[in-house]
Amino acid sequence: MDIKSALPKKDASLTMAHMWVAFISLLIGGLMGLLQTFVRTGKITLPFGIDYYQILTVHGVILALVLTTFFIIGFQFALMSKTVGMSDGQRKWGWIAFWIMLLGTTATAIMILLGKASVLYTFYAPLAAHPIFYFGLTFVVVGSWVACFVNFHQLFKWKKQNPREKSPLLAFMVVINMAIWFIATLGVAATVLIQFIPWSLGLVDEINILVSRTLFWYFGHPLVYFWLLPAYMAWYGIIPKIIGGKIFSDGLARLAFILFLLFSIPVGFHHQLLEPGIDPFWKYIQVVLTFAVAIPSLLTAFSMFAVFESAGRAKGERSLFGWFKALPWKDVRFLAPMIGMIAFIPAGAGGLVNASNQLNLVVHNTIWVTGHFHLTLATTVILTFFGISYWLIPVLTGRKLDAKTNRLGIMQTIVWSLGMFIMSGSMHIAGLLGAPRRSSFSEYNGSEQAVEWIGYQYAQAIGGSILFIGILLMMYTFFYMTFSAPKGIEEFPIAEEELNADTTPTIFENWRLWIGIAVVLIAFAYTIPFIDIIQNSPPGAPPFQWPIGNS
Amino acid sequence: MHLHKYEKIWMFIGGGSLLAFLIVLGVGAFLQGTQPPSCLTTIDPTNVEAHESFKQENLGLQEMDDKSYVVNVVASAFNYDFGTDEDGAPVKNIRIPVGSKVLFQGTTKDVIHGFELAGTNANMMLEPGYINTVEVTLDNPGTYTLVCNEYCGTGHHFMTASVEVYEE
Repeated sequence: MDIKSALPKKDASLTMAHMWVAFISLLIGGLMGLLQTFVRTGKITLPFGIDYYQILTVHGVILALVLTTFFIIGFQFALMSKTVGMSDGQRKWGWIAFWIMLLGTTATAIMILLGKASVLYTFYAPLAAHPIFYFGLTFVVVGSWVACFVNFHQLFKWKKQNPREKSPLLAFMVVINMAIWFIATLGVAATVLIQFIPWSLGLVDEINILVSRTLFWYFGHPLVYFWLLPAYMAWYGIIPKIIGGKIFSDGLARLAFILFLLFSIPVGFHHQLLEPGIDPFWKYIQVVLTFAVAIPSLLTAFSMFAVFESAGRAKGERSLFGWFKALPWKDVRFLAPMIGMIAFIPAGAGGLVNASNQLNLVVHNTIWVTGHFHLTLATTVILTFFGISYWLIPVLTGRKLDAKTNRLGIMQTIVWSLGMFIMSGSMHIAGLLGAPRRSSFSEYNGSEQAVEWIGYQYAQAIGGSILFIGILLMMYTFFYMTFSAPKGIEEFPIAEEELNADTTPTIFENWRLWIGIAVVLIAFAYTIPFIDIIQNSPPGAPPFQWPIGNS
Repeated sequence: MHLHKYEKIWMFIGGGSLLAFLIVLGVGAFLQGTQPPSCLTTIDPTNVEAHESFKQENLGLQEMDDKSYVVNVVASAFNYDFGTDEDGAPVKNIRIPVGSKVLFQGTTKDVIHGFELAGTNANMMLEPGYINTVEVTLDNPGTYTLVCNEYCGTGHHFMTASVEVYEE
């Protein structure tokens, strides 16, 4: 297959549909974020009686769930189509998945906009949203499951046709990511179907809150790896090609992904460290497993810098750090993800603080945590997604990444990095001073501490405004790449291995083995504490609608 | 699969640091007893007054023995109930002498709330059906703001009180 040819047109349309939803979400969600930072300065009140927590819910749901899920599934369809192909039947199911997810998204969005579902994206039982909110989210998840099985089937079919070959690296990675997603979403599906829907419909009177939170966080942490792994796919499988290098080690890349499959799920308790009903011993066990997730990220850091150095040296750089200068800094396809990678160093370190058994007391539910995920998700992951978009959108629309796109992209990357540095930095500092997250502007009865926090809230508004300029630039570039860039065939950059690379151990493709181990680890980390939680459960909680302004 | 020598060194240092960090956390938790708040005690959220600690007269500051206090609180949307003072007004400021050991003990009678005494290590979740506790030693004088740091509804950011640590 000619690696330089663009995608088949029908497959490109499927991915492009996902991109449209993702970029429109970026605009809406970003606008809500901007408004939030304004409200928190205390100088601006929202018009038409719109509530701060309503826009907070829109911001969280549309960026963390809609933007990410649509971008990732669309990107993964493109990777699968490129590496293992997509049959007519698979494409049809891909479209079914898309429409189910879009239907769910629309239903959920309507309920949030009507103010009937200001429960943020982590639900917060016993706050009760309108049942349609929960039904909508169920559709998003069910649609994504259809996409999972399309991806699984694509690789399965390819393996049948090529029994003696190892699967293409990117297809392997997509399947790992979808396996994580599928296993993790079983938790959120369970709480929504068994607990939230019957309870919000009034079929049952009470909800077991700790069970609902435990099931949510069983999903809530692997979710962040579902966001991160597509960025890793680009780093491992695409960036080496862009910088004119080769994949450092195919086996190592697969090992890192398998470790994510094993360690990303049995770790949810580290989000619940300050909750009353979970035995501290099991909290610590999950802290240990959480730390294990750092290992594949350490592997990735090594691999990436090894790729950079060997690519630089191959271009004739001899000095110790000369290769660093030899990298294509003026190519936005490299620059955006690279800044994302660099941001992941402090972001990952902050994550270890959050997950630490006792350090968590200092930062739990402070705005430090918000700063943390604006470094990980909104910088590392999203900058990589932008970096992908600059070549993927032209590939999909049959246009070229021209000098103008590149220039706009570089500007966008710089604006985004600057805005995020200011916003996330001031969130981290304010969090250490005790400022709470998920809170509208408040002077807390004239407290001196709150005065100190408000200064940082101004800084967040400045960072947020710069970020919104970044979003407008990105939207302009998106429209330019879609409708105006010069026609042509843009390269779909897929990295290759060295000619004499070591063979990858075949055990990495033993799906039964790895999924089996993952299930055992999950059972180890959850079975006993879960039985405990159910056996020692208090009387359930009735639904509360009035606190969210919905009575 | 071949692993590069430098990579082995990198993973050894990285993995070793993680292990050292976990050992520090583990020693803190299991030998020194610095556990996260995990009270494991259940309560009926619709009838919290049935519990001795949360009877109206037992709310707020209680002196146990020298330099040791218990503070009982019932959270609800959007208020922290520390009982009432002599004049019958709700307590919104608690005064504690510097160097005291204080056990904060709380629950909620409606939705989930946070309990964070900003500037101290007192931070915990209050969930319907559970009692939670956190203990701190207040060594630095000053006024600390109590904030609800877990979203509980439209008035979430108005839930507040203060703890004044005074020098005797």
